[in-house]
Amino acid sequence: MSFTTLTAAEIADKIRSKDMKAEAVTTAYLDRIRTLEPQIHAFNEVFNDQAILQAKHIDERIAKGEIVGPLAGVPIAIKDNLLIRNEHCTCSSKILEGFTATYDATVIGKLREAGAIFLGHTNLDEFAMGSSTENSAFHTTKNPWDTERIPGGSSGGSAAAVAARMAPVSFGSDTGGSIRQPAALCGILGLKPTYGRVSRFGLVAFASSLDQIGPFGTTAKDCALLMNVIAGHDDRDSTSVDQPVPDYMAALNRDLKDLRIGLPKEYFIKGMDPEIEKTVRDAVKVLQGQGAVVKEISLPHTEYCLAVYYILAPSEASSNLSRFDGVRYGFHAAGATNLLESYEKTRGQGFGPEVKRRIMLGTYALSSGYYDAYYAKAQKVRTLIKQDFDNAFKEVDVIATPTSPSPAFKTGEKVSDPLQMYLSDIFTISCNLAGLPGLSIPCGFTGGKLPVGLQLLGKPFDEETLLAVAHCYEQVTTWNKQTPSLTRPAATLSHRERD
Amino acid sequence: MAITKKDVEHVARLARLSLTEEEKDRFTAQLGSILGYIEKLQQLNTDQVEPMTHAIPMTNVWREDRMEAGTLGSPEEILKNAPDREGPFFKVKKIIE
Repeated sequence: MSFTTLTAAEIADKIRSKDMKAEAVTTAYLDRIRTLEPQIHAFNEVFNDQAILQAKHIDERIAKGEIVGPLAGVPIAIKDNLLIRNEHCTCSSKILEGFTATYDATVIGKLREAGAIFLGHTNLDEFAMGSSTENSAFHTTKNPWDTERIPGGSSGGSAAAVAARMAPVSFGSDTGGSIRQPAALCGILGLKPTYGRVSRFGLVAFASSLDQIGPFGTTAKDCALLMNVIAGHDDRDSTSVDQPVPDYMAALNRDLKDLRIGLPKEYFIKGMDPEIEKTVRDAVKVLQGQGAVVKEISLPHTEYCLAVYYILAPSEASSNLSRFDGVRYGFHAAGATNLLESYEKTRGQGFGPEVKRRIMLGTYALSSGYYDAYYAKAQKVRTLIKQDFDNAFKEVDVIATPTSPSPAFKTGEKVSDPLQMYLSDIFTISCNLAGLPGLSIPCGFTGGKLPVGLQLLGKPFDEETLLAVAHCYEQVTTWNKQTPSLTRPAATLSHRERD
Repeated sequence: MAITKKDVEHVARLARLSLTEEEKDRFTAQLGSILGYIEKLQQLNTDQVEPMTHAIPMTNVWREDRMEAGTLGSPEEILKNAPDREGPFFKVKKIIE
């Protein structure tokens, strides 16, 4: 039996029942990472020694008959913007060069407590700003389904790692689609929880009113298993909500009878990729066949989401990223004659082009004379967008849309035109603006064998229904069980075969 | 709204970013095109709309003002990350002449 074909839930069960050793499982994943990493470039750093030590410790505890947590021995890959004590955290930026975290993010602490094994830190667009991982200062991650294409982003490394089964599950962060879009493009599940459901403490902040941490997996059950561990209030994040955490695993067994699914007409527009539209509509038909009631709805302010996002997110980022000044940690530029020049040089040399672009955009939007026209205006339109959803959820329980307007695009295709790149997030941004939970599930492939994702948006704090829908869908489809063929080195694939 | 190279230089100063001439030119064009797209928000009348800062109702959260020693790392661990230090201090360029 191959360990790297198992789900996280299966691994956890077999380790707890002593059918498998944590060390053997972790070793198998580390071996697979070693084999595939030259093709995929999913990781910024692999914690080879630490992972084995953690796994041995779990095995010892189980041998002694100790009670272990729900993730005991489950290897997990972590986006490189979540702090893990005594490990580097780079955010794929030069400006965090040499930085070592001195504490665990709350999510990391909870995973540790639950017995998880940290395999490594995965690649992202610098400071999570991007939709392709091409904005990483270190390397571009490749899509396991076609290594000439991007995996999506910003959590592209975490998505590619799971798609290539270099980890059974992983974690990312989502500010405008950074979990759901790469999940869709890599053919796996990715969940952005409701704003406030999961503590952001120890997540390097991008846009604080939008950021959420969430899981990637290959089954709804694995996502539920991880949500059970990470959800809940945290004294160290005043935006985490003090509301009871349900048992997400128990919620999986609901059926879809009479579940009301809304299809927003603004998300099925003329000119959209016909393969994506067909695949998503077919997926909705499957849900209909399982008892769901489907109706068309309207979210009238949809066309303003992207504009609102590209004011609010860069504004918050320009403020959050002011902490990177070359004084307390990270890169420090040489040759400055005074403190101001030292800041300017450090930041000018330490940040990459997209991060600078967004800091500039945000600083401009917040600057004297422009604040009302941009920032204040965007906050008001955000209210209208939220109201659209409040109204829609009076009529339906779940909203279904495509996750991404296109399948994975080729590396380099959109780098020179930022606005084109920003349009990759056109279907995922509204969820962050309204603070809703959103789940992307694999629902088919294009003719070119590229994965397509179905996005499910839910009422605030109703991750349970989204996971239940995904679980039901998995009972009658096999999209989530498909894996890319990575057994042959990429070089031996001819172009003809790939087409 | 047209954005000039002079605007870009002003904003870069506010943001404490040194930019090359090439970057200034590129950002002038790119920010202009992004801001042009964002202009569409002006189509909407929002006179009667309340601004939204967060997706959930927010209240200030207080805690007791006491030290939780060591939970974020020891002072020595934290100082180890500093590019430049002197004893238990972060070292910066002189700011008072």
